[in-house]
Amino acid sequence: MQGVGAKISAFNLVLIVFGGLGLLFIISPLISMFMHTTAGDLFETGLDAEARGSIVRTMLISFFATSLFSVIAVPLAYLLARREFAGKRLITGIVDLPIVIPHSAAGIAILGFISRDSLLGKFAGFFGLNLVGNPAGIALAMAFVSLPFLINSARDGFQSVPVRLEKAALTLGASRLRVFFTISVPLAWRSILTGFILMFGRGMSEFGAVVIVAYHPMITPVLIWERFSAFGLKYARPIAVLFIVICLVFFVVLRMLAGEKKKHHAQHSKPE
Amino acid sequence: MLSIQNLNKRFGEFSLRDIQLGIDRGDYFVLLGPSGAGKTLLFETIAGIYIPDSGEIILNGRDITSERIGRRNIGLVFQDGAVFPHLSAGENVGYALKMKKLPAKVIGKKVRMLAEQMGIGNLLHRKPAALSGGELKRVAIARTLALDPECLLLDEPLSSIDVQLRHEIMSLLRKLNQSGLTILHITHDYREAFYQANKIAVIDKGRIVQQGTPAEIVAKPASKFIAGFAGIRNYFDFRITGSNTIVVGEKLEIKTTRRIPVSGCVVMGQDCISILPKGETAAGENIFEGRITEVVRFPENTELALEVGIRLHLVVNEVSGLQLKEGETVRISIDAGRLGFLENTGH
Repeated sequence: MQGVGAKISAFNLVLIVFGGLGLLFIISPLISMFMHTTAGDLFETGLDAEARGSIVRTMLISFFATSLFSVIAVPLAYLLARREFAGKRLITGIVDLPIVIPHSAAGIAILGFISRDSLLGKFAGFFGLNLVGNPAGIALAMAFVSLPFLINSARDGFQSVPVRLEKAALTLGASRLRVFFTISVPLAWRSILTGFILMFGRGMSEFGAVVIVAYHPMITPVLIWERFSAFGLKYARPIAVLFIVICLVFFVVLRMLAGEKKKHHAQHSKPE
Repeated sequence: MLSIQNLNKRFGEFSLRDIQLGIDRGDYFVLLGPSGAGKTLLFETIAGIYIPDSGEIILNGRDITSERIGRRNIGLVFQDGAVFPHLSAGENVGYALKMKKLPAKVIGKKVRMLAEQMGIGNLLHRKPAALSGGELKRVAIARTLALDPECLLLDEPLSSIDVQLRHEIMSLLRKLNQSGLTILHITHDYREAFYQANKIAVIDKGRIVQQGTPAEIVAKPASKFIAGFAGIRNYFDFRITGSNTIVVGEKLEIKTTRRIPVSGCVVMGQDCISILPKGETAAGENIFEGRITEVVRFPENTELALEVGIRLHLVVNEVSGLQLKEGETVRISIDAGRLGFLENTGH
């Protein structure tokens, strides 16, 4: 028995060492960046109207893009979770495509899609709108690269809803649409919210696709790039740190909101 | 009341074939069958979750074969209740009423009434996670009754419930039935079936293999499968050795004047085996000596296993049961006039 125990703890040791190295790799660049930034630098950046404006703009555009595309993504996620049809695997692959293609290439594709001589561009032009160099164009670029996160997370959520609960609701006289809104969505809600947070976060951090579609108005990742290429590391760092801090605070709050529900449920459950 | 005619439905590899069922108003109808026999699929087809490939479902003279699921007026209670976990017990019970867009006041009143009837009046504010298996079952039944269904389908309503609570739910269901509600009930447990039903249908591999009253099924099981499934344990293959003699097992020779089928098996019900009093030495036809190999005492009776060349199962009443011990030798008499024969019919 001791032999087995010793073996397991040696294995655990290996896991801890390698796991620790992995974590260190993620944390150390961030810590080093924080250590190289003084409170004064941060304060100054906070007063910088351009930096402040870009952060607010980035968050608003990403939030808007995520909200708008949820309307499309959630039904598609339900379809993928619940229905079997020819070409389902192909569609699942297409959904994941934005994750695997280089984002600058995605930016080129989006640019072609929204440029003045494209169908969408002409349609927008009809209302006197030029999507290129416009927040709407930025939103489209953000949505393109981040949509898979919402679709996949919502699909997993719908899959975890037992089909028999939906059947039960049908036998109780609910229409399919009402089953969707009163049973499926509320029960998949946490996964949909998690997907929403992921998409929102991924959209905010997008640089490659956005910079091709719209250098101006400047979102924070583009501003960081501009400060870095024009003034160097020292000037780019404070805005990067500020943006990371704001993103982190936002995610922690949203995650807590999403997690709160789980706790609430757990409190009510009684051991069998 | 509910009549199912020539119903066929394919589900991939499995299919329900040529289902014929007749249920009268006020029946407590039990569909008995092993797991995988197609019981749940049949119920879900009756409820409208699946549309049959062919055949008809007639409810009170109305053809509901392809009627929309919510308009059939059939209530289905799922095996585990399928209580919605994100809604309180009260919201679950009121779900169907809310779907009918009834005013909140009306819903509240009806929910309270149903909850009282089901004995869950004080649990309405609780979430399902805080309810026990039996309470969940009651919520599920109350939720379905809110539909005012013409008949109630119950899928294994007593599974995953403690033994003590099982009797409560059983009597609750019988009360509902006595109040006029037609009930169809699925189970794989013959005791449950015989306890509850006034009619039983036995299903196996997607086919109804026999239907009738519990007494009919016990007295004349249509096949070996049904005999086994209906809890009849004394059935044996036999050989014919004379014009009115059969041999069961190795050498237990039984004389009978009943018509003997060419092949099949013989069924010995409880009423055809009796233990002779100690000291009685009479010998004769169909009297055998055997040894008691197992004694299991229950509060109401005693179950015995006897080795008389074949292994017989016997239930005796408490007084005579108390005197019997394992290993003891007893003499039994088999009443050949009450033997049952099952012809081989291919099932």
